Amino acid sequence: MSDAQTPMLRLDALRAVYDRLEGKAVVTIMGAVAAELQSIGHRPNFFYLQHAMGLASSMGLGIALTRPELPVVVFDGDGSVLMNLGGLTTLARYRPRNLVHVVFDNESLLSVGGFPTATSTGSDLAAIAAAAGVPRTATVRTLDDFTRAFDEALACGDLTTLVAKVAAIGPSGYVTELALLENRFEFQRWLRQSSPSSSTI
Amino acid sequence: MPVSTAASDVIYGALKDCGIRLVSALPETWLVHLIRMAEDDPDMTLVRLAKEEEGVGISAGAHLAGVKSAMLMQNHGFLASINGIVSCAQLYRLPLLMLVSYRGEFGERDPWQTEGGGVTEDLMRALRIPFAYLDHPDHVGRRVRKAQTLAYSANRPVALLLCRDLMWDEAS
Repeated sequence: MSDAQTPMLRLDALRAVYDRLEGKAVVTIMGAVAAELQSIGHRPNFFYLQHAMGLASSMGLGIALTRPELPVVVFDGDGSVLMNLGGLTTLARYRPRNLVHVVFDNESLLSVGGFPTATSTGSDLAAIAAAAGVPRTATVRTLDDFTRAFDEALACGDLTTLVAKVAAIGPSGYVTELALLENRFEFQRWLRQSSPSSSTI
Repeated sequence: MPVSTAASDVIYGALKDCGIRLVSALPETWLVHLIRMAEDDPDMTLVRLAKEEEGVGISAGAHLAGVKSAMLMQNHGFLASINGIVSCAQLYRLPLLMLVSYRGEFGERDPWQTEGGGVTEDLMRALRIPFAYLDHPDHVGRRVRKAQTLAYSANRPVALLLCRDLMWDEAS
């Protein structure tokens, strides 16, 4: 168990909520988040945006707005959010009730050498999200708090940005066996098959 | 304001005929009527952006979910979206219908539009984004439809350049 002294591991946080992801559209950023979620077990409802930093939350918004009955979970990161801070204002503006926006904040750009991001010098992403107008925001530092806050976010029926402070530790490599396009078409098929109406396309 | 309402009507009608149900937009002068039409349309989801690149992600999500979308932006917004276009839409083979107001071409009076205008077409070619001009109301419907058809068959971004001759009502 992590506590305030030993930082939470992102991998442990993903494991803690993994079973909750069934039936939900899950969009992750590149790097450690994508590799670690795949290491726990890939599912057809998981999409890993392996580049285009900053746009995972925008993709989540696109899915959430067009599929309002479908719960959407975005696993974002501090480096990516910092590249698209304006996206937080768009998220807040349209306030998709079915979107849970998790930001794993390891205060660094881990996959490119661990250089510190601005969250390491005090920029507070939960406060920025709140100021952007996101109705529910929190920063959590322990596994218990993360799991509880994640479950509350899923249950509450409103847009939540949940910043999870995690250790700047990741897997040894980031390339996985899952081809980008295989993931993309599988995810599309899953999304469309889970649609309540067949009138889309 | 001499932005053509009639031309905007024709363009919006073409988008509707193509089954577009979501439009992302960042306002610019030539797009004001189109954005208002999307806003007033109960069957259209209008997403107002902080920066155009967000629209690439939003359209990607909408497409995967089975909803047809279009992006409305200025060519400088296209410049601001390039990483998203390359690293999201092209990398993942996602269709993207971009309507790009072509500022800075012949007739432009705003000095600040001219540099972006001068590089727009070369960048589209460099990115291998197929594009066509919308410069007369008579071919708008056909070209929008054909652009969308190619976007879907190729699973790639395509662009339509909204030209001054179409968008701006003035004698000159």
